[in-house]
Amino acid sequence: MIKAEWFYWLCGLIFVVISGFVFVDRTNAKRITSGLFWALLGVSFVLGTFVVNHSMPPWILGIVVIALAALAGTGQLSQGQAKGPSEAEQKAGADRFGGWLFVPALLIPVITVIFATAIKAIHVGGKPLLETGMETIIGLGVASIIAVVAGMLMLRPPSPAAPVHEARRLLEAIGWAVVLPQMLATLGNLFTAAGVGKAVGTITKHVIPSGSLLGAVVVYCVGMALFTVIMGNAFAAFPIMTAAIGWPVLVQQFHGNAPAVFAIGMLAGFCGTLCTPMAANFNIVPAALLEMDDRYGAIKAQLPTAIPMLIANIALMYFLAF
Amino acid sequence: MLVLIGVLLVVIGFALRLNPLLVVTIAGIVTGLLGGLSPLAILNAFGTGFASSRSVSVFIVVLPVIGLIERFGLQEQARRMIARLSSATPGRLLALYQLIRQVTAALGLSSIAGPAQTVRPLVFPMAEGAALRRYGTVTPKMTERIKWFAASADNVGVFFGEDIFVAIGSILLIAAFVDSAYHVKLDAFQIAIWAIPTAIVALIIHGGRLLYLDRQLGKLAASTESEAAK
Repeated sequence: MIKAEWFYWLCGLIFVVISGFVFVDRTNAKRITSGLFWALLGVSFVLGTFVVNHSMPPWILGIVVIALAALAGTGQLSQGQAKGPSEAEQKAGADRFGGWLFVPALLIPVITVIFATAIKAIHVGGKPLLETGMETIIGLGVASIIAVVAGMLMLRPPSPAAPVHEARRLLEAIGWAVVLPQMLATLGNLFTAAGVGKAVGTITKHVIPSGSLLGAVVVYCVGMALFTVIMGNAFAAFPIMTAAIGWPVLVQQFHGNAPAVFAIGMLAGFCGTLCTPMAANFNIVPAALLEMDDRYGAIKAQLPTAIPMLIANIALMYFLAF
Repeated sequence: MLVLIGVLLVVIGFALRLNPLLVVTIAGIVTGLLGGLSPLAILNAFGTGFASSRSVSVFIVVLPVIGLIERFGLQEQARRMIARLSSATPGRLLALYQLIRQVTAALGLSSIAGPAQTVRPLVFPMAEGAALRRYGTVTPKMTERIKWFAASADNVGVFFGEDIFVAIGSILLIAAFVDSAYHVKLDAFQIAIWAIPTAIVALIIHGGRLLYLDRQLGKLAASTESEAAK
């Protein structure tokens, strides 16, 4: 069986190889600590395997993770002067290869889809070929490998290490933001373990106007959105808001149509996801990846959509579910 | 209620634009301590949380090939291709991308595109190319604005498309939670169809705003021109 863990190790390997280049990069003022950051990140991807299969106590990885945060949080991570492609380089490449340049880029979604649909169904010896639930991750990993091979054969860059150098340039541009989504997932777990959800649920119960259907719908939807803003994830908000209002008030007391209440409630939560830096993989990583001047650029573009969408969800729930 | 101090720390930290990694780590430790977790339990939480969320970082495997083809002019080629289409504008292009993203996500293909796979290498340079064709100039301010909206088209498209697909995480979570908490069996399909009205509203609202982006960019281009004329 092909496992997602293999591709986590591939990510780990990429980080470790890149750290090697960073360690010897004399244009980087903090090359030792920066190299250490990328090396530890690579190691953490491998250690994760042993944490997940319970062969190593998780606190060991916990220490590595806090070290990563400490390095980046105290400004020990800096970029080298690795140069992006010049305008002349890009023009020459586009003249020479033209539309063929799209081939490796398009291989990625095409192969990912093939894995997520056709190859997902393949069984070998009665067992699925791909780890269940991980088909798209495996597909993305395989697609990237095939695409990089295709790109190398087609473009024939002067150095065989070219893809690693280019990956390093992009990763250095993303910087610490690359770890933020995982740190936030961790924070979400800690919030739940420490009872933040229960505390928010208790507060919400106090603000429900009794007897008003519209009031209850508003509190459920706005609560989903606000709680999602705090947790960065509508999945964390859903059980708490549903236990506080969605089920006892909207479904049991007002006899709402349960599938409609819950589906629209979840989407109200997604309006919160559009507005929060806590949803770093959607809002902060793209800002880094696109090299925006404003870290909150994506959020600024989404906020004027999120607010009318939240109002629309309240209206849809009020009119369609009751 | 004391545990909410952790939430407050996050809000203050983000508002002051302190390094988010540091803010999140400190908030996590503080929340854990206030919630009565031992230091070892907190370290364990960091370890398990990080290990089990590695899937969100897997997108980095596409960076070697994306970087490589960028070096050989992928973004340049994307700009050239779009510059040949006379009807292309940044807003129309991004609205079309959002529509494609919504439809494919509704079919369960939410992970075929994303900021690393499509927005940076293809969608953003195409939108920039369309802007160059339409306005004759693309100032840094316009580029920044195009970046914001390119990222937003991707997010809005996925968020309000994927819930129409029955086997997506959020739909399965709803069904599983209602089953385990209230012993009510809801059909995933019955939940998913209720995501369709919101998806249409999202297309109208954000698609409309993307089309309006063309006018905003036009104003930005005009204001630079008039400044240059002074």
